[in-house]
Amino acid sequence: MALRQQILILYLSTSDLASNVCAWSIYDGTGKETHTSGDSDKPPYGSVLEAMKDGWRVIQLPQQFPAYPGMEYTTSFLKFEFALEKLVEV
Amino acid sequence: MTDKQHLLTTKQMAEFAANGVLVFEGLVPDEVNQQAMREIDDKSFNLWTGYSKSGTPLSRMWAESNGLGAVWRLPQVQGIIHSLVGPDPLYDHHAGHTVAPKTIGGQHLHQDSIIDTRAWAFDVQFYYFPHDTPKEMGGTLIIPGSHFRRVNTFEISRYQNLVGQTAAICKAGTLFATHCGIWHCARPNLTDKMRYMFKLRLNPTVKQVRLWNTDDIDNPEVHHILGRAQGWMGNEWRIEMINRIKFWRYVTGNDKFDHSLWAGRLENMPENQLQPA
Repeated sequence: MALRQQILILYLSTSDLASNVCAWSIYDGTGKETHTSGDSDKPPYGSVLEAMKDGWRVIQLPQQFPAYPGMEYTTSFLKFEFALEKLVEV
Repeated sequence: MTDKQHLLTTKQMAEFAANGVLVFEGLVPDEVNQQAMREIDDKSFNLWTGYSKSGTPLSRMWAESNGLGAVWRLPQVQGIIHSLVGPDPLYDHHAGHTVAPKTIGGQHLHQDSIIDTRAWAFDVQFYYFPHDTPKEMGGTLIIPGSHFRRVNTFEISRYQNLVGQTAAICKAGTLFATHCGIWHCARPNLTDKMRYMFKLRLNPTVKQVRLWNTDDIDNPEVHHILGRAQGWMGNEWRIEMINRIKFWRYVTGNDKFDHSLWAGRLENMPENQLQPA
């Protein structure tokens, strides 16, 4: 029996793991599911904490950096990106 | 000369400032849509493949086409173009986008072109759907409000879904006008027909200040429109608000414009005021 990784990426509204999900992505290493851009209008969980309660393990917390001088109002990537995993037997 | 009745209103411009996208449902008449589809099918002109010469005035483009080329000569479309990039914009590039039947994977989310370092000037991108585009056919996925985010093309392709995302599910003749910075991608096409979309990017040749019909410039609803957050912005919607205020100052030429003192309190520096001797 081999293990495969499923990755769930949740983008939250703040650094708080219980804050709302703003965006999400799913990558399934078992090959059973394929996810793509715009395939869902409802996030799978309301927060990272909710996903943890369903067995997902947090493997990345977003680091926080102060804005560089002059860059205070420049926006770019989604800021609060949390990566979670499940190991699934195949 | 563009007829004033076809220019955008201030409320529409505020919508563009806030969301970076305007939708004109079924704007292009049926006969033009049908001719556009004939031009696609018979591959007439060089409309569907390849770029024409960038920097050519739009007014000199595709005079021979009564379909894909004629779209841009419609008075209503001329009014939209004039309002966003001025009366005589330049052709940047165009592209015929297709999604083959039974395509189950969507395109990765992206912003066109590399990081745009211009402060507030912008190009406009049009997405023209010449045939009905139901949900199962995809339509372009658009992230409203993403246009001020500075990213390099496909750097954001890891993002699959954002709260508030919208898909171009529309009837034939629908035109989307977006700020060049908008995040977007093609959605899957689960039907057994090819999906077509014609994209055109235009560059301004004038400063983009008060190019629309400003009769309603003082409409209080402008503040309401500019103040609407998108669900995907989270805590950063406050930063987006500052960017909207700066953009609105640029397009109105009013460098004192503010919304609920969001910018004003940051600019309040009494220590810098000259005192009488």
